[in-house]
Amino acid sequence: MSVARAHEGALGHGPRGAKVRGTLFYILLLVSVSVGFILLFTLVIDVVQKGVGYLDPIFFTEPTSTDPDKAGAGPAIRGTIYLMVLLLVMAVPIGVGTALYLEEYANRGRWYNRLLEVNIQNLAAVPSIVYGILGLAFLVRGIGLGRVLLAGALILTLLVLPTVIVASREAIRAVPDSIRQGAYALGATQWQVVRRQVLPAAIPGIATGSILALARAIGETAPLLLVGALTYVAVNPTLLGSFTALPVQIYQWIARPQDEFRLLAAAGIIVLLAILLTMNAFAIWLRNRYQRRW
Amino acid sequence: MATQDISVGAQPEPIRLRAEGRRWSEAVVKTVLALCALVSVATTVGIILALVEPSIEFFQEVSIVDFFSGDRWAPLFEPASFGVQPLLVGTLVVTFWACLVALPLGLCVAIYLSEYARPRVRRILKPALEVLAGIPTVVFGFFALTFFTPLLQDIGVDVGTFNVLSAGLVMGVMLIPTVASISEDAMSAVPQELRDGAYGLGASRLQVSTRIVVPAAVSGIIASYVLAFSRAVGETMIVLIACAGIAQITLDPRDSVQTMTVFIGATGLGDVPTGSIEYKTIFAVGLTLFVITFAMNMVSIRLVRKFREIYE
Amino acid sequence: MSEMESAPAAPAKIPGMDEKLLEARGQDAAPPREVLFDVDDLTVDYSGVPALKDVSLEIYKNYVTAFIGPSGCGKSTFIRCFNRMNDLIPTASVNGTILYHGIDLYGPEVDSVEVRKRIGMVFQKPNPFPKSIYDNVAFGPRVLGWKKELDERVERALRHAALWDEVKNRLKASAYSLSGGQQQRLCIARCLAVEPDVLLMDEPASALDPISTTAIEDLMHDLKREYTIVIVTHNMQQAARVADMTAFFSVEVDEEQDRRTGILVEYDDTPTIFTNPSDKRTEDYVTGRFG
Repeated sequence: MSVARAHEGALGHGPRGAKVRGTLFYILLLVSVSVGFILLFTLVIDVVQKGVGYLDPIFFTEPTSTDPDKAGAGPAIRGTIYLMVLLLVMAVPIGVGTALYLEEYANRGRWYNRLLEVNIQNLAAVPSIVYGILGLAFLVRGIGLGRVLLAGALILTLLVLPTVIVASREAIRAVPDSIRQGAYALGATQWQVVRRQVLPAAIPGIATGSILALARAIGETAPLLLVGALTYVAVNPTLLGSFTALPVQIYQWIARPQDEFRLLAAAGIIVLLAILLTMNAFAIWLRNRYQRRW
Repeated sequence: MATQDISVGAQPEPIRLRAEGRRWSEAVVKTVLALCALVSVATTVGIILALVEPSIEFFQEVSIVDFFSGDRWAPLFEPASFGVQPLLVGTLVVTFWACLVALPLGLCVAIYLSEYARPRVRRILKPALEVLAGIPTVVFGFFALTFFTPLLQDIGVDVGTFNVLSAGLVMGVMLIPTVASISEDAMSAVPQELRDGAYGLGASRLQVSTRIVVPAAVSGIIASYVLAFSRAVGETMIVLIACAGIAQITLDPRDSVQTMTVFIGATGLGDVPTGSIEYKTIFAVGLTLFVITFAMNMVSIRLVRKFREIYE
Repeated sequence: MSEMESAPAAPAKIPGMDEKLLEARGQDAAPPREVLFDVDDLTVDYSGVPALKDVSLEIYKNYVTAFIGPSGCGKSTFIRCFNRMNDLIPTASVNGTILYHGIDLYGPEVDSVEVRKRIGMVFQKPNPFPKSIYDNVAFGPRVLGWKKELDERVERALRHAALWDEVKNRLKASAYSLSGGQQQRLCIARCLAVEPDVLLMDEPASALDPISTTAIEDLMHDLKREYTIVIVTHNMQQAARVADMTAFFSVEVDEEQDRRTGILVEYDDTPTIFTNPSDKRTEDYVTGRFG
C-alpha cells in the first residue's frame, strides 16, 4: 500500500478512481475473509444455545430413546472413542509403513512407484460415501461381517490412510539427508538407519499429522451410514456387534420430526466439537513442543 | 580392524567383506513396508471392483441409454424408472450454488492472505481457516437446516424446509478453505521479483494482485476450483440434512432435490436386499459419481503438478 | 631432490608456504610404504556422464594422503568411492577396481555395509545425530552389536578424538550444544568408536574457524599412527601441513560435448608436489596461477 501512496505523492495524484478502486477491493477481500468466520461464530453460538440445556449426565451415559427427555448419546460417544482407538492401531502403522516405503526404499524411477504415489493422491479426493459403498459391498455383505464396529473401523482406516501417509512423508522428508549419510558411513544397514535415526527424528511430525487425520475421521458420517447400524443402537458397542458413532447419532436425531431432537442433536454437536477441539489443540501443542527446526 | 575384542592391535583376521545373513532381514523389512503400500492399491482395486461388478449386472437389466437419457428416477416404485438425469441435475444445481460462493470468496481470501495480510494476521488466519475446514459436515448440515433456512425464510426468500439454496450456500462456505489454501500456495510460489518489478513501475497493490500474481498462479487456482467442484459433487451430509427431497429436475433453488450422494446414503440406510435391483442402483449411481470425481481429481492433480514445476 | 639442485630456476614459491616446514615433513620418518588401497582405472559416471575418469593410484597404510585440486574436479566423488557411499546415489555408476587388502571393493560378493564398518567417513559439515553426545558415539557400536563395555568404548573414542576432557561431564547433553569444532571432533569420535582401518575426511575443516582447524590437523597427526587417513582439501597449506602424499586432480574440458571430467594429474609425496612437481598443471595450481 505504501509504495503506491509514495508514488502518488511524488508524482501528483494518480487517476482519481484508482484509490477508490483499491479501497473497495480491500473491503471486498475483508468481507470475503469474514464470511467464513461469521458463519463459524454464528454456528457455535447457535449450537451452544440450542444444545447446552441437554448436556447432563443422562446424555453421556444413556442410549437414545423415543422419548427425548430420556435420550442420551452414551453408546454413540463410546462408539466414537472405540473407533478412534481402532484407527490409531490400524491406520497409523500402515500409513507410516507406506510413507517409509515411499521415502526410503522405493526407487522413484520405477513406474510402479510413481503409480503408487498418484494412486494415494487420488484416494485422498475420493468422496467419503464411496468408501461406504466399498464397505457395504465387501465387508457388510461380501464377507458377511455385517454392520459391526470392525467394519466401520476398517472403512474409516482406508479413508484416513492417504492423509496419514502424506503427513508422515512430510515428517520423514524433513529429516536432513546429512543424518542418514552419517549413519550409513558408520556401517549401519538401511533398516538400522531408518529405525534408529530417521523414524525417531520424524515422530513428532508423524504424531501431529496422525492426530489431525484421526480428528477428521471422527467427524465422518457418510461412510458409516452404509456400514453402521440401521436402527438406533441401545447397547454399548463391541468389536463384532452393532455400533453407532456420535456423528451418526446426531444425524439420526436431526432426522426426527420432533423439535426436541433437534436440541439433542445440538448437544451432540457440542460434544463432538469439544472432542475435535481437544484433539486439534493437543496436536498443535505436540507440534510446538517437540518439532525440531532443522 | 573392526573386531569384537576391545583391545586394539589384536591379530588381524583375514578380511571378509560379505554380508553374512543380514540381507535376509533387510529384505523382510522392505517386503513388510511394501505390503503396507499395497494396502492403498488394494483400496483402489476394491473400490473399482465393488462398483463395477454390480453395475455390470445392473446394466444388464437396465440399458445404459435409458439410464443416462431418462428423466425420471424412481427405482423403488412400481413401475420403476431408472433415468439418472434428476440425480445428475440435482447434484449439479447444488454444486453450482456452492461454487458460486466458494470460488470467488476463496480466491479473495487467498489474495488477502498472499498479498495483503501482515505476518501477524496470517499467523492467526491460516490456523483459523484450518478450524473452519475441520468442522464435520453433519454440523454444517444442522446449521443449514435449523438456522440458515429459517433465516432465509425470515428475510422473505420463499424456501421450503428442504431447499437447494440453503445447502448450496452453506456448502460453499465450507469449501472456502479448500479453494483458499491451494490458491494461496500457488500465489506464494510466484517469485517476488515479478511483484517487485510491477511495484517499481508504480502499480497499485490491486493491480499487482489481479494482473500479475493471479495470472501467474492461474493453474494452481484452477486446480483449487476443480478440487472444490469435485468435493461439492461428492458431499453427502449437508445435502442429506438440509435438502433431502425427491429426485426431480428443477432449477429453482427454493425447491429440494436429490443428489447422487443423497440417493446412495438414503438407500444405504435402508435394509435393501442384497442382489436386488434396488441394491444394484447404489453401485450404478456410485460408479457414475466415482467416474466424475475421479476425472476431475486427475485434472486437478495435473494442474497442481504443472504449477509446481513452473516455480519450483 | 637432486633434480632440484640441477634445475636452472629456483623452485616455485607458494605464498605462505614455509620451506622449513616442507623440509621437516620430508625428514619426518614416514613408515615404509605398504599398499592398503590399489586403485586401478577408476571411472565414475552420473547418468552416463563421466565425472571422474581413469584414476589409478595407491594409498599407503598409516599415511595421510591428500586430494587437492580446483572445484568440480571430482575429489569428493573419488573419496566417496572408497567407502561405497556413491552407492546411495541412484544415478552414479562406478567402473574400475579398488583393491583393499587384495579384495575388490566393487566385487560381486562385497557388501557395502561391511566396507563402511572398516572405512569411516567424516563430512564437510559436521552432522551429529539429534541425540546426546554419548548416544552419538555409541551409535556405531550399538549398530554393530557391540553391547558390552559401551561406556569404555565411548570414552576411548572421545579421548582419541581429543574431546573427552571437554565433554566428560555432560555426556547426556545434546550434541547440538557443542561448538562447530567440537561437533566435528564428535563426528570423528563417532567414527573411531567402530574401530575402522581407514578414516576418509571430505574437507573436514572447511566449515570451521582457524583454531578448530588447527585442532583437527593436530588430531590427524596423532591418528595416523593407528589409522590410514585420506583427506580432501581445497586448502593447499593444509595439505602441506598434514599430508605425507598428495594427489593433484584437475578438470579436463571437452568443448564439443560441453563436458567437464575430473582426472588425476600427479601423485607424489607432498614436498615434491609443492616444490618440484613434474606436471606443469600441478605447478600452475600450487603456485596459484589458476584454480
